[in-house]
Amino acid sequence: MYQKDGEKYFIVDSHMHYWNAAPDNWVAGAEQYAKGWIECFHAYQGLGPPKTHWSIEHFQKYSEDDLMKDVFAEGHVDVAVFQPTYLKEWYREGFNTTERNALMGEKHPGKFIYNTRFDPRDGDEGLVTLRRNIERYGSRGVKLYTAEWNNGSRGYKLSDPAAYRYLEAAQNLGIKNIHVHKGPTIWPLDKDAFDVSDVDHAATDFPDLNFIVEHVGLPRIEDFCFMATQEPNVYAGLSVVIGGLMYARPKFFAKVMGELLFWVGEDKMTFGSDYGIWEPKWQIEGFVDWDYPGDEFSDYPRLGAAGKKKILGLNAAKLYDIEVPAEFQLDAGQGTPAERDDARLVEDDAQLASGA
Amino acid sequence: MTASPATARQEAAQHEAAQREAAQQQGARARILAALETVRDPELDEPVTSLGFVTSCTVSADGDAQVRLRLPTYFCAPNFAFLMVADAYDAVSVLEGVRSTEVVLEDHFASGSINGGVAARAGFVRAFDGEAVSELHGLRADFLRKAVMAGTDQVCRPLAGGGAPAAALAGLTLGMVPPSGALDRLRQRRAELGLPAGDDAPLLIDPLTGSPLRADEVPLHLRRAQTTRVSIEANAGICRGMLRHRYTTAGLGEEDSP
Repeated sequence: MYQKDGEKYFIVDSHMHYWNAAPDNWVAGAEQYAKGWIECFHAYQGLGPPKTHWSIEHFQKYSEDDLMKDVFAEGHVDVAVFQPTYLKEWYREGFNTTERNALMGEKHPGKFIYNTRFDPRDGDEGLVTLRRNIERYGSRGVKLYTAEWNNGSRGYKLSDPAAYRYLEAAQNLGIKNIHVHKGPTIWPLDKDAFDVSDVDHAATDFPDLNFIVEHVGLPRIEDFCFMATQEPNVYAGLSVVIGGLMYARPKFFAKVMGELLFWVGEDKMTFGSDYGIWEPKWQIEGFVDWDYPGDEFSDYPRLGAAGKKKILGLNAAKLYDIEVPAEFQLDAGQGTPAERDDARLVEDDAQLASGA
Repeated sequence: MTASPATARQEAAQHEAAQREAAQQQGARARILAALETVRDPELDEPVTSLGFVTSCTVSADGDAQVRLRLPTYFCAPNFAFLMVADAYDAVSVLEGVRSTEVVLEDHFASGSINGGVAARAGFVRAFDGEAVSELHGLRADFLRKAVMAGTDQVCRPLAGGGAPAAALAGLTLGMVPPSGALDRLRQRRAELGLPAGDDAPLLIDPLTGSPLRADEVPLHLRRAQTTRVSIEANAGICRGMLRHRYTTAGLGEEDSP
């Protein structure tokens, strides 16, 4: 929890990792990809405040103690959601798997939620694994990385028939939240890999699932916004937005926040530190203090303490049925976290007609 | 021992020739750099030079040019990377005095396919055998349309700030808008897409069909234009930050964003 100016914030870090990307985990013959991937992540860390930067060696493999200190002891987080990314073509035991996360998390009851993952290209066998992981770890959500390489394939779309088969199976097994992360490769390579229209299709066809688009679709924030505003079950995962922009590009951060608040709304945005890319502490403290830096942003919706409480924890708590103590709840009239009704067809919006 | 007058004359002539050659090379290199300024990152709609993507540029006395490019990450999308390398090749290879051109993309997971494909003039589908079904014209056009939307915000924001109601912009033509760099850029992008770009063309059009917008469509159109611009500019900010972390030296012609 975090307290500032008399306000108490319950913090859910809805997107974080416990990875091993050190050379001892690199697949022979694929070392350049394993190295390139973690160096790319490390460059993202470079967008945070210099005093929070780690050496590449530390970044490749941080310890359980590091995580518990950075995220909980010093990082203000109450509950953290592990989002696995496998990348087994490059990392022998996977980059951060459901098993690795749970093995660590089980030593700290009540602190973690174990999401799992699936890859629709894994056929019947993948469905068996999905069922086993859900039963064993109590997963309520899955993390999907559509650009993952798999047996010569460079990725997939959520609208592929195989993906629908998996979404249906996941839903039947009790999964509620689908975290989608786009990356630079899919098949075919001549199409825009970051296009989010496949999420649009899936969200329409699976209305009982929530689709949390991580990194708000970056680098396609505009496509994400235009889609999310029309889909009641699409949410904006803020990982990378706060970490990558708030310190490095404060003016762009203000504009991106303004756009998200306008199109998506504070009920449907969720904080994620993306730890180990960035530590949550500076992100949470900076976000609680944040306001638009000047008059040029006066057209954008304001964000007050109630909105920040929703974004930093209450929205994700609702999505994951996390119990929130009364002292952190909103007062009457401050809205309902994770409220789906916010979505509307912008064509009908009176705000637009006024030219705002 | 002193040199004979004949040797001194010879040396002077050699020196002069070397200087002439160096000046010629200097000129050729400047022309290549100017040509690279016309090559844009299709996603960010900015020259590869100002983004810091040009590592080096050399040209031999015989006119053999080599351009080295770099990107913010090892995993930057291969389709856009291919377009930049191919466009750089096209821009440099047509220059007078350039006999051969080599463009090398460094430190990228698909460097081999991209560099080889461009050098062989093979096209994207052949460079990525089995992984692509068509060339990149459609992708390029999609992103030019985004650039048109972002450019629309750049041109219209000052007009709206001047008090013009959004819907009134529907009646304007490009010729009625005060000249600016942003307007020139918008016209250029529209022309590249084959959309009307002359003085009598409407200021606000659908970038897919080219048809003029009705007054009631203008507010949403401008709102979307604004979001598109914010998105592109935020991406460029992130790319610049990643590039700076990855490489300590500035690229040729690199500029920070405003």
